[in-house]
Amino acid sequence: MAEITTLHYLVVAAALFVLGVIGVLTRRNVVIVLMSIELILNAVNLNLVAFSRMWGNLHGQLFAIFIVVDAAAEAAAGLGILIAFFRNKETVNVDEIDLLKW
Amino acid sequence: MPNFIMSYLDPNVKLTPGSAGSQFWALIYVLIIFVGVSLTVMWLLNWVERKALAHFQVRLGPMRVGPHGLLQPFADALKLMLKEDIIPSEADQFVFWVAPLIGLFASFTVYTVIPFGPSQAVSDMNIGILFMLGVSSLGVLGIVVAGWASNSHYPLIGALRSSAQMVSYEVAMGLAVVSAVLMTSLNATGTGTLSMIGIVQAQQQQGVWFIFKFFPLGLIAFVIFAIAMVAETNRAPFDLAEAESELTAGYHTEYSGLRWSLFMLAEYAAMMAVSSIAVTLWLGGWMRPFPNLLHAPAWEFVFSLFPGLTFLGVAAITFVGVARMPSQSFFKIQRIGLAVFAALLGFIALLLLVIAVAGRSADMSVAARFREGIDYVYWFLLKVAVFIYLFIWYRATWPRYRFDQLMKIGWKVMLPISLGVLIVTAIVGVIVS
Amino acid sequence: MNPAMNSALNSGMAPVATPWFFYVLAVVAVASGVAVITRRNAVHAALALIVALLAVAGLYLMLYAPFVAGVQIIVYAGGIMVLFLFVIMLVNIERSTKERRFNRMWPVGLAAACALLALFVSAIVKGKALFSDRGMPLPEASNTQQIATLLYGEAGRMGQYTFAFEIASLLLLVAILGAVIMTKKKI
Repeated sequence: MAEITTLHYLVVAAALFVLGVIGVLTRRNVVIVLMSIELILNAVNLNLVAFSRMWGNLHGQLFAIFIVVDAAAEAAAGLGILIAFFRNKETVNVDEIDLLKW
Repeated sequence: MPNFIMSYLDPNVKLTPGSAGSQFWALIYVLIIFVGVSLTVMWLLNWVERKALAHFQVRLGPMRVGPHGLLQPFADALKLMLKEDIIPSEADQFVFWVAPLIGLFASFTVYTVIPFGPSQAVSDMNIGILFMLGVSSLGVLGIVVAGWASNSHYPLIGALRSSAQMVSYEVAMGLAVVSAVLMTSLNATGTGTLSMIGIVQAQQQQGVWFIFKFFPLGLIAFVIFAIAMVAETNRAPFDLAEAESELTAGYHTEYSGLRWSLFMLAEYAAMMAVSSIAVTLWLGGWMRPFPNLLHAPAWEFVFSLFPGLTFLGVAAITFVGVARMPSQSFFKIQRIGLAVFAALLGFIALLLLVIAVAGRSADMSVAARFREGIDYVYWFLLKVAVFIYLFIWYRATWPRYRFDQLMKIGWKVMLPISLGVLIVTAIVGVIVS
Repeated sequence: MNPAMNSALNSGMAPVATPWFFYVLAVVAVASGVAVITRRNAVHAALALIVALLAVAGLYLMLYAPFVAGVQIIVYAGGIMVLFLFVIMLVNIERSTKERRFNRMWPVGLAAACALLALFVSAIVKGKALFSDRGMPLPEASNTQQIATLLYGEAGRMGQYTFAFEIASLLLLVAILGAVIMTKKKI
């Protein structure tokens, strides 16, 4: 088994990022789109912490903590919007949330 | 003997298996904890709860299955295992199966950081208390998912109520914990620690249990944690979510047989886990009472006799029970069984007294190390046992809160008080140091 | 059971795990990620996301970042995912499990994601020399203390991230207020 270098973590982070992007672009259910966004944020966090280990200081880890805080705020706000919309239109499909379309 | 087994038994090693890097001994500790906790929960806690509740309600409780109902928990476990496993037809099969396992996993993982002694823990993580808070918040997921997977009204409402309650009281719990961790930083270097063993050692260094520190701040933080932990484990008086008269057993309505017993196992294990947190943070963990006031070697010897004397006392009570058995022939087997049990307890008491006497000097001999280890574990478990008894006492005595009263207390009373205690503790800590 | 492990009796610098842990955690994280984006049932996707978050927390532990791992478990897995599950239960309508999973433009989305993957692969392959292990290990025993110094500062001085910390708490307050106001029945 090879020694685990920063490269290994970057590959995992890239894979998670691409999976998140596929989820955001292709799924119809809004909740699953929001969950894919969380996957993207986690991939970025993994990247940051891996680089923090590589450079030997803690700035990457601190940035990762701030991103977690940010993700919490964004999940709350996004789910609030979703619930407010669901009350009016009774659907959770992105295709049908098109009130601004003419 | 292979090196990886013997290197940990060296007397100079005073680390937990996790810190010493010994995977074998960490595994042994994990197995001991798992088996020990499961047996304690299934047998001791179940029996004590039923008997204590019964005596509070002026009745006798289980008396038939073993002498004084001592084998009742085994009969219960056997019955639950042999019951028909019913799954609601529209329920989500996989999620229904996985939900009790999530709660069980969350409750048992907490035990990896609980310190029974200065090196008697599975692993002394740097972020011990953070890990405990995080893993016990994973238990909420098990309840939410269980309620949803049952595909029925009462479980869903019960699950939502129960998880809302747990999440609300987690905030107050976390703030109380932070104020205790704050007190660990009042030392020479000004650095506190999040590790559980470090917190008890800070209490040892500062010479005071944190419940008595900056009186009454430590006491208020402790009381807040004691109330929040009852709400966190869904026990009376905060058990609206699983009360039979309100919601037909809430989130575990549709679970029968072995699955229900898994939920109960998770709940009791969580009870012991949060009691252990309270004991570690405020009551000095494994330290014996009055370590500074009564520190002469004679007092050390007296306090080290306590484990043996406790078992001797319990054995004496059991012997009295044997003598008071009715003398009909039906009770002959029960009498013999109880006498055997009393003899077993007496034998354990004798063993502990022999170890206490043989290891009375504070050197590195095997007997002394055994005595120290037993003393640490004994004082820790005694304090946890007091908490468990309090849990049962609360259930017998108080009526349950209505859900809106519960949420009102959690957010409008506990949160401001715990924030206030935290701020005042910080101010006092800065002034004192 | 590596004898070399037992020689790490010093505190805090013990090697965190063998490469097997990394491969297991990485496979679990990626497999759970695939499950998140392909499950028809939203609760299954949420459970898969929880597993992915816990696997990533394990990877943080391997990277000598125990505090970030703790924050990930408490905030992400224990807080945000409970919020997600609540909302899924509130908006769970039966017909969503019988409809199409992917929208009509899914080939375009997949092609865009593949282009992104190709970009990442080329960046990683070309910059391989930059990502070498510098060999500056982070002491694990004082991780929390150092993060606290950066966040809150030492005695009498501000840390580097104190201002950002205050702004982050303000951000959380605004988000919570927004979520509460948006979901009230009567404003």
